[in-house]
Amino acid sequence: MSRTTTRRRNQSARTGIQAIVIVLWCLLPFYWMVVTSFRDVGFTFDNTPWFTHFTWDNYATALSTQLGNNLPGALLNSLFIGICVTIISLVVGIFASYALARLDFKFKGIVLGVILAASMFPGVALITPLFQLFTNIGWMGTYQALIIPEISFALPLTVYTLTSFFREMPWDLEEAARIDGCTQAQAFRKVILPLAAPAVFTTAILAFISSWNEFLISSQLSSDRTQPVTVAIASFTGTQPHQEPYTAIMAAGTIVVVPLIILVLIFQRRIVAGLTAGGVKG
Amino acid sequence: MSAPNLTAPPAPAGKTVNPPGPRPGLRRHRSEQGRWAGYLILPTVVLLAIVIGYPVVQAVVMSFQKDAGLDPATGLFVQGGFAGFENYTHWLFQQCAGPDGTTITCPPGNLGSGFWNAMFVTFFLTIVSVVLETGLGLWFAIIMNRAFRGRGFVRAAILIPWAIPTAVTAKLWFFIFSVAGVANAVLGAHILWTSDEWASRFAIIIADTWKTAPFMALLILAGLQIIPEEVYEAAKMDGASTWQRFWRVTMPLLKPALMVAILFRVLDALRIYDLPAILTGGGGGTGHATTTLSILVVDQIRQGFNSAAALSTITFVIVFLVALVFVRLLGTNVVRTQETQQKGRRA
Repeated sequence: MSRTTTRRRNQSARTGIQAIVIVLWCLLPFYWMVVTSFRDVGFTFDNTPWFTHFTWDNYATALSTQLGNNLPGALLNSLFIGICVTIISLVVGIFASYALARLDFKFKGIVLGVILAASMFPGVALITPLFQLFTNIGWMGTYQALIIPEISFALPLTVYTLTSFFREMPWDLEEAARIDGCTQAQAFRKVILPLAAPAVFTTAILAFISSWNEFLISSQLSSDRTQPVTVAIASFTGTQPHQEPYTAIMAAGTIVVVPLIILVLIFQRRIVAGLTAGGVKG
Repeated sequence: MSAPNLTAPPAPAGKTVNPPGPRPGLRRHRSEQGRWAGYLILPTVVLLAIVIGYPVVQAVVMSFQKDAGLDPATGLFVQGGFAGFENYTHWLFQQCAGPDGTTITCPPGNLGSGFWNAMFVTFFLTIVSVVLETGLGLWFAIIMNRAFRGRGFVRAAILIPWAIPTAVTAKLWFFIFSVAGVANAVLGAHILWTSDEWASRFAIIIADTWKTAPFMALLILAGLQIIPEEVYEAAKMDGASTWQRFWRVTMPLLKPALMVAILFRVLDALRIYDLPAILTGGGGGTGHATTTLSILVVDQIRQGFNSAAALSTITFVIVFLVALVFVRLLGTNVVRTQETQQKGRRA
C-alpha cells in the first residue's frame, strides 16, 4: 500500500469520526427527550442511556386536560395561527418578491435592505405598544392579536426567501410566453407560478415554522383559549404544584417536534437552500 | 420604519401596449418596470408599515409620556402627561421620582436599577454564544463540505436542533440541567444549573449553542461551497500546507459570508428571550443573573407601558447601532454577499 493511500484512508477515518461527533451533537439531546418521554414518571431521573421502564402514560398525561393543560387545543391554535400568518405573508409577499427578483427599478437595494432589516427586528420593541393598543381595543388574547405581530417577522422572511428562489428560476420561459402574446401578468400566472410552486411551498414551510416556534409575543398577548404550543409547554403544570412534570413535558415536546422534524426531513434539500438564502433564523 | 417612496414616476399617458418590433428606449423600459415594481411592492410595504412601523413610532411617542400612577409626593393618583427624557434617565441613570418631587437614585429592587445588569447579561450571553457558535459552526461546515459516505445523513441531522422550537429546547435543557439530571450525572457534579449565578448563564449559553451552532454551520457551508476547487489545487501546487490553505485561502474567501452569518447571529442573540424566560425562569439564581434586556422589557410592561416603551426603544437603538457597526466598520455587505452566493450556487 502506498503512503498516499494510507494517508488518505487516515484522513477519511478522521472525517468520519468528526461527522459522528456532529451527528451526536445534534441528536443526543433530542434522543434524551424521546427516551424520557417513554419513561415511567417514578424513574424520571433514572439516567440510563437507553429505553427503560417503558410506558405510554406520559403521552396520556401530556394530552389530558384534567391538570389544567390543554395541549390538543394549543396544537390547534398553533396550526391555525401558523396557517393564517403563512397565507397572509405569502399572498402579500409573492408580488414583492417577483418585483425584487425580476424587475429593474430604482431603490431596489434599499427595499431589499429594509426588508432584511425588518426580519432582524427585535420583537420586544413591538410588544409594549401592541400590548397597550390591544388592551385598549379589547383584542388581548384574541387570534388576531397573535397573528398581526407575527407578520412582522414572517413577511420579511417570506419576501427574502422567495426573492432568492425567484432569481434562480428559468425566466427565459417567461420571455417566450410574452413573445407568444401573453401579457406580463399572464406570463406570471400561467408559466411562472406553476414553476415556482416548489419555491413557494418551501417558503411556506419556513414561514409556518417561524410562526410555530414564536414564544415572546404569544406568551404576552395570548389567553388560555388562544395560547399556542410554545406557551402551553412553557407553562405545563403537573399534579404536584412544586414538582415539574418532566416526563409529561418531554412527551409534549416530542408531540410538538416530531411532525415538524418529519416535514423538515422530507423537504430537507429545499429548506437548506431557503435558509441559507434568507439567512434568517426561524 | 420609514420606507422610501416606492411609487415609480407617473405613468405615461394612454395604455402602454408592448410594442412589437424595435424595443422602446431603455429609459422608458426601466420606468415602466419601476411602475410595475411599485404596485407589486406596495402591499408588502404597507403591511410592514402597519405591523412594524406603527408600533415603533408609537413606542417612541409613549416613551416620552409619564406613566399614570400614584404620585410619591402627594399620594394622589396622577394621569401621565409629558415626561421629557424622564423614562430614559430612569433606565440609563437609575433616576426615580423621589418622595418630595425630586429625582433620586432608584432604590435596589426597582426594575430601573437592573438596566446595566441586563445590558451586561445580554452582551455577555451574545458574545460568548456567538463566539462558540461561530467556532463550532465553522468546524461543522468544513467537515460537511468534505466528500464522505453518510454526508446526506449529517446534513439531515444538522436541521433537527433548528427545527425544535426554542421553548421546547428550553424545557429539554431545563430537564437535562435539573439537579438530578443527566448533565450532573455525566459530570459527576452537583451544579445548580438553573439557579446558580454563573452556572445559569452558562446553561443558557450551552442550550443556545446546541441549537444554533448547526444553523451557523449551514450558513457557513453555503459560503464554503462557492469557493472553487481550483483555488485549493493551485495553493496545493504552490506547496501550501493544510493550515496555510485554511488561513490564506479559505478564510479570506469565506469572510463575506462569515460576516453576514455572524451579523445575523449577533442581532438574533441580542434579542434573546425564550431561553432565559423558560430555562432559568427569567432571573436565575439571585433573580437577575439571566435577566436580559428583552426580559426586563416584559417585566416592566405590567408596571407601566411608557417606561417599558422607553426601554424597548433603547433596546432597539442598541440593536440598530450594533448592526451599523457591522455594516460600516466591518464592511458587511449583506445584500451583495447573498447575491454572490446565489450566483455561485447556480453555477
